[in-house]
Amino acid sequence: MTGKTTLIVQSGDHDKVYSAFIIGNGALSMGMEVSMYFTFWGLERLKKGKLDKGPLSKMNFLGLGKWIMKRKMKKSNVRELEDMMDDFVELGGKILACDMTMEIMGVEKKDLRDEVISDYCAVGTYIKEAKESDITLFI
Amino acid sequence: MAERKINVKGETCPVPLVETRKAVRTAEPGDVLIIQGDHPPSKDEIPMAVDALGLELLGIEEDGKNWTIKIKIPAEV
Repeated sequence: MTGKTTLIVQSGDHDKVYSAFIIGNGALSMGMEVSMYFTFWGLERLKKGKLDKGPLSKMNFLGLGKWIMKRKMKKSNVRELEDMMDDFVELGGKILACDMTMEIMGVEKKDLRDEVISDYCAVGTYIKEAKESDITLFI
Repeated sequence: MAERKINVKGETCPVPLVETRKAVRTAEPGDVLIIQGDHPPSKDEIPMAVDALGLELLGIEEDGKNWTIKIKIPAEV
């Protein structure tokens, strides 16, 4: 492994979660270590059955825009978000859940996909990892 | 030492890179991987990953929009 990428996924928007996993998987493919910290609206996507359920950040139009976007992505043969997460975990990426968001939003461990989550942590862990990282992004 | 083909034709970003990485992870030293695809940026990006991972690029062949990239896993990775 050479180098490290640390991403904060604060947004739960469909397109932004896609961006996060594309960047994460790209970095893993280039031989980097990758940690993704899910916080605030991003944490919603770690709830059981919710990974694919975020709205588009723009032109969602009550879901119509997202439906059109998903059709276009399917036509372009873009891999499903769920498969991207499988790739991420298979290539050794770490998914971290923000403990404070869980408290604020009343989210419990049983609501989340514990099998993909490496750890439950707070900002200190992120800063420690970000300091050691070559790339860090807030999404 | 074995030769393995990975077909990523029709796949788009970041799948060719990801599938290459998966194959590298399970390959043995001395193995040769033959990646076949048609996603234009991946033709340039797979060699970047090969470099970043310290692998050996044996060659890149192009046939119209299709490309074939050969990679060798060095003795110690």
